[in-house]
Amino acid sequence: MTEEIIIAGFGGQGVLSMGKILAYSGAMQDKEVSWMPSYGPEMRGGTANVSVIISDERISSPIINHFDTAIILNQQSLDKFEQSVKPGGVLLYDPNGITKEPTRKDINIYKVAATEKAAELGMAKVFNMIVLGAFLQVKPVVTEEFIEKGLKKSLPERHHKLIPENLKAVQTGKEIVQTVQTVK
Amino acid sequence: MNTDIVKPENLVYSRTKVLTDATMHYCPGCGHGTTHRIVAEVIEELGIQDSTVGVAPVGCSVLAYNYFDVDFQEAAHGRAPALATAIKRLNPHLSVFTYQGDGDLAAIGTAETIHAANRGENITMIFVNNGIYGMTGGQMAPTTLVGMKSATTPYGRRVDLNGYPLRITEILATLPGTCFVSRQSVHTPAAVRKAKKAIRQAFENQQQKKGLSFVEIVSNCNSGWKMTPVQANKWMEENMFPNYPIGDIKVDGKIVEGIGTDRLVVDHPLTVVQ
Amino acid sequence: MAKELKLMKGNEAIAQAMIASGTDGYFGYPITPQSEVMETLMAEKPWETTGMVVLQAESEVASINMVYGGAATGKKVATSSSSPGISLMQEGLTYLAGAEIPCLVVNVMRGGPGLGTIQPSQSDYFQSTKGGGHGDYQLFTLAPASVQEMYDFVFEAWDIAFKYRNPVLILSDGAIGQCMEKLYTRDNVPRWSEEKRREMAPWGTWGKPATRGHNIITSLELDSAKQEVFNHKLQAKYQEMREKESRYEEIQCDDAEYLFVAYGSSSRISMKAVQLAREKGIKAGLFRPITLFPFPEKALAQRAKQVKGILSVEMSAGQMVEDVRLATGCSVHVEHFGRLGGMIPTPNEVLEALENQIIKGK
Repeated sequence: MTEEIIIAGFGGQGVLSMGKILAYSGAMQDKEVSWMPSYGPEMRGGTANVSVIISDERISSPIINHFDTAIILNQQSLDKFEQSVKPGGVLLYDPNGITKEPTRKDINIYKVAATEKAAELGMAKVFNMIVLGAFLQVKPVVTEEFIEKGLKKSLPERHHKLIPENLKAVQTGKEIVQTVQTVK
Repeated sequence: MNTDIVKPENLVYSRTKVLTDATMHYCPGCGHGTTHRIVAEVIEELGIQDSTVGVAPVGCSVLAYNYFDVDFQEAAHGRAPALATAIKRLNPHLSVFTYQGDGDLAAIGTAETIHAANRGENITMIFVNNGIYGMTGGQMAPTTLVGMKSATTPYGRRVDLNGYPLRITEILATLPGTCFVSRQSVHTPAAVRKAKKAIRQAFENQQQKKGLSFVEIVSNCNSGWKMTPVQANKWMEENMFPNYPIGDIKVDGKIVEGIGTDRLVVDHPLTVVQ
Repeated sequence: MAKELKLMKGNEAIAQAMIASGTDGYFGYPITPQSEVMETLMAEKPWETTGMVVLQAESEVASINMVYGGAATGKKVATSSSSPGISLMQEGLTYLAGAEIPCLVVNVMRGGPGLGTIQPSQSDYFQSTKGGGHGDYQLFTLAPASVQEMYDFVFEAWDIAFKYRNPVLILSDGAIGQCMEKLYTRDNVPRWSEEKRREMAPWGTWGKPATRGHNIITSLELDSAKQEVFNHKLQAKYQEMREKESRYEEIQCDDAEYLFVAYGSSSRISMKAVQLAREKGIKAGLFRPITLFPFPEKALAQRAKQVKGILSVEMSAGQMVEDVRLATGCSVHVEHFGRLGGMIPTPNEVLEALENQIIKGK
């Protein structure tokens, strides 16, 4: 199994930390992992993205241009990465702020209204964990047990009290993810 | 010492053991030899020969490491304060000093000088200012006086072309990281005594962890100035001293009384050399 | 050895390895994409635990000269930067090599020339291995290809640096520096005691006891006859490194008919290209130099005997390819493929280059 993922959105949406928690969870489950962020001026308040690879084998290139899954959190990222999803792959997006819906017919498309749900539940801080939950519902590349271990490893000790809220958000994401289209 | 001639009880002076037997390459009449000697004497008197590391510059005193019998490093041009910073931080028990000329310290090494001083590195810096690049053949230095001739200002330094002589010592005195800033000379026995006192103070401050201590020695360069040693010393008194006034500027972290802000900031009159 | 699993960026791994390997001092200046090295050190506050000194200098020029000053006292002193900053350090590096001072310098490369780009590149190969500064000298150059190697090579760098009294360069790039991967950390190696420092660096300027003459650290010798003798001594040392220290990794080379030669990030991309090639029935292998100086020329020459062509892959306009050609002595068709200015080739591009430049272009 090798899962190559891009997570993209605005700086401040927790894109990089979501990727880190996912990678840590994979590592805890004894998978090989890599986490490769975009960096530079663009990370200062503009768009942010990170490629995460989770695999059963030694990872060759951590730098990838085609993805099994794209997790998209704003319009710019949708425009940029929709064409980079491998045929038959997955595109998961938050419809908040999306004015031009994805058009690919050869990929599986899901949406998760995470921004809306986070606001509704007063969980804005763990918005990214709702998105992660939605992804894991579609592609269970790591199990919940290891998500908890991944959170423990990637969050500083003083934030460990927030882990239950994070796990609750993951659960919420699993519940609210919607299928837009699936391909064979 | 030849004890057959001089009995120990009659001995009034001997050469310090902190200088090696190597013959110095400095020109006769140059201030470097005397400055070396008084630095070495201070090291001996303080009993720190085994725990002193010196840093030599690029310039006339590039070979200073051959003359001091202490561990020594040769820096790239201008970088001595950076070397000294690390030597001291990694070896706080050592007494560390740099020995630099005006081109090294106040032109190519200005950034290293200012930042070492501003960090308050607990080191001693000896700055020999003769207003010229001696080793490379007498070119203009940052401290070359207005109107003064050099190989690269053959008609005299012009402010409109070359800017002003840099009083880096006054600049350093304004930084909170410096503890002791003094300007001295070594051209008369009385001046040598005062200069040695200042250098001793600069090393003692380091032992007491007081921050950076800086001693400028206004010196001559009879070769570069194309004068006899006696003429050079007279010229120095008449032209260098008005631009680079002798005396302590900052003691124990406080600017010496009478050194007005005019001198430290902008307005000290420059004299033009004819 | 206690192995603890962590997930870490390459740059953080460098910093953690410096602390764990008993490094005495680090002097640096911020520059993308390596700033996490000093940021991590400052956050870890090793001066409170191991006693390691960490200082943000006023420039890369000052940083490398602080390394020179501190390392000349026989301490383990390091710095890190990225390409433009490493250019500023060239003067210091030639002084360090000329004065035979062990130290560690890390270059997390970005694209040039000039201010260039902040994205990953590998265009500092010449600067690193052919002497970026003046004079006949060599830096021992290690090229990590993973976060684990970023960590491990710091430990190895100290052994090599003191064994040969020579600066060691870890030549990485923005991709490895910024990428987070699994890392097994090691137990801390204690910093050297005063006695150990004196034993390891009898030449150091640590204060002259009455029992020895003064130690002088210099690269100046005004007598050219003596300078020539000294330079021959340096060359003999570099030759010994060539004979004893060159390192490489071979992946799927046993039956290879075509070879990629690549280091660092490019080797990771080429590893994927090997997989893609084999899926298409092309017997490709990867030869990865781990030391760039000394370049593993004998091993490459040996492997080259069995192949029909070699593609040297590097994120540059073609620098390492010259050493590949020298090593193989025109016995086999060698071409270069690279992307420039911070662009990173895809595994598919690398495979296409093999097909077009080597297999068809033969």
